[in-house]
Amino acid sequence: MNETRYMNPYLAGVLLGLLLLVTIYITGRGLGASGAIKSFTVAGVEAVAPRHAQSAKFYREYAAEHPAGGPLKNWLVFEIVGVLIGAFLSGLVAGRLKLVTEKGPRIASRTRLIAAFIGGILWGIGSQLGRGCTSGAALSGMAVMATGGILTMLGIFAGAYAFAYFFRKLWI
Amino acid sequence: MGPLVPDLISQNLNYILALFIGIAFGAILEQAGFSSSRRLVGLFYGYDFTVLRVFFTAGIVAMVGVMALEHFGLLDMNLVYINPTFLWSAIIGGVIMGLGFVVGGYCPGTSFCAAAIGKLDALALIGGALVGVLIFAEGYPLFEGLYKAAYLGSPRISQTLGVSPNLFAFAMVLFALVAFGVASLVERKVNGKSVQPLRWTPSRVGLVAAGIVLALSAFSFTDRKAELLQLAQDERLVRSYPVEAMSVDEFAFRLMDEEDDRIQVIDFRPEAEAAQERLPKSYAFTVDNLFEQEPSRLLRLKGKINLFVANDELTERRMAVIAHELGFRRIQILEGGLNAFREQILRFQPSRPPQGMMEEFTYRFRSKAKRVIPELIRQNKSSAPVKKEKKRVLGGC
Repeated sequence: MNETRYMNPYLAGVLLGLLLLVTIYITGRGLGASGAIKSFTVAGVEAVAPRHAQSAKFYREYAAEHPAGGPLKNWLVFEIVGVLIGAFLSGLVAGRLKLVTEKGPRIASRTRLIAAFIGGILWGIGSQLGRGCTSGAALSGMAVMATGGILTMLGIFAGAYAFAYFFRKLWI
Repeated sequence: MGPLVPDLISQNLNYILALFIGIAFGAILEQAGFSSSRRLVGLFYGYDFTVLRVFFTAGIVAMVGVMALEHFGLLDMNLVYINPTFLWSAIIGGVIMGLGFVVGGYCPGTSFCAAAIGKLDALALIGGALVGVLIFAEGYPLFEGLYKAAYLGSPRISQTLGVSPNLFAFAMVLFALVAFGVASLVERKVNGKSVQPLRWTPSRVGLVAAGIVLALSAFSFTDRKAELLQLAQDERLVRSYPVEAMSVDEFAFRLMDEEDDRIQVIDFRPEAEAAQERLPKSYAFTVDNLFEQEPSRLLRLKGKINLFVANDELTERRMAVIAHELGFRRIQILEGGLNAFREQILRFQPSRPPQGMMEEFTYRFRSKAKRVIPELIRQNKSSAPVKKEKKRVLGGC
């Protein structure tokens, strides 16, 4: 399969912006991702340790905030399933479907996978504190000019640039 | 008026929409190259600024779009989810996520995108994120203090900084343009390419000019609300505007007629005053309510007559003009305002004995109304003002 080139970034940006705008106009909320991860985690805990999920405070607060139909009946869960489908179709069309571990030139695949896992843990904790990730807090927050979202966005970029030097071996 | 959920689009249809929005989201991210971690983190090492370009272009397009919809009264921002601001957890959470970005190489959204086309490192990141949320959930008592500290409500950045939203958006656009320019320079330098001087081709000059005109136009147009409020200040126009007026006697009759459920009295007096003398079949209203999606639905009820009342007729007329311009129909005003109503009905004093049949009827009717209506006002239990209950959409992550 021949890989096709990526879309012009400005064109992609305009399309993404319009999609976000339509989403806000129709649903009154922005895009997101980490909320779905939270839903999966809560659903997992409810399945494995239902008694614990009923007693621990985090899950009780979650249940109070999301009254309807359990953690998986959530807008972001549906959206993320869509993301998986959309990205898969895009990759299929562009000839980019391939099982691979993407890594910097100076590290082994195993190092990359461990780093990705640790990075994921940081995202999990950070997105809970920040009440959203790059999509839900930074991008959607910027679209509606929410102070909280813009602060989180600044935090993400500042943090990434501040720590980039120390992890350069992973990438270059 | 947006948002269309939950009034025009049901919650279940919303889930289906979420799926399709997600498909478009995933496809755009993948097409933009966000399914590659090396491309994503290139932003932080200077060799690939795709993320910066896509992210800021998208943010600005959506931001300006939201401003435009708000400006033309097409989107009620009171109902849209505005991320709440918890100062410290927003910043610290952001920095932790930034660290996660350079260590992990993806953000959550892009990791799903990359996992879908077979990137195993993205799968590892998703696994880590699930564990991360679990750690947060189990350690919640530890995090809770920070998580809920310094809650500032849900302000918008223009309120926080005390500048107009237009100015902020304008500054963001300028910032983005400069950032795009600098990014291209850095990118070429890091990748060892020669820096090409910027060429001013006609199409680029045209684009820049169009952008400047658009940006300036935002300052020169007043928004719909300001425009209508301005219009309502024009006394001559307001007086000559065709509005149906109801006589005080008909009003009194309709108030007393228990069978009459067609009339709804829209009371524009200041709330404290309206609360003291709550008319039957009335709803306390403000001029702001006219522009809000939830309260103004009352005025759209089929088959109802919306009788606008205030102390003086001019205020009633002003409100009627605004409402009419906003597209509300079946609006009437009370002739002479509530002042006339009090004068002629509630404090009815015949100055001379009735002469002729008509006056005789009026005399009897008003005497009765004078007795009955104050009683109705006292008994009125539907005294709740229009609830400005904001069913904000639950959003965020």
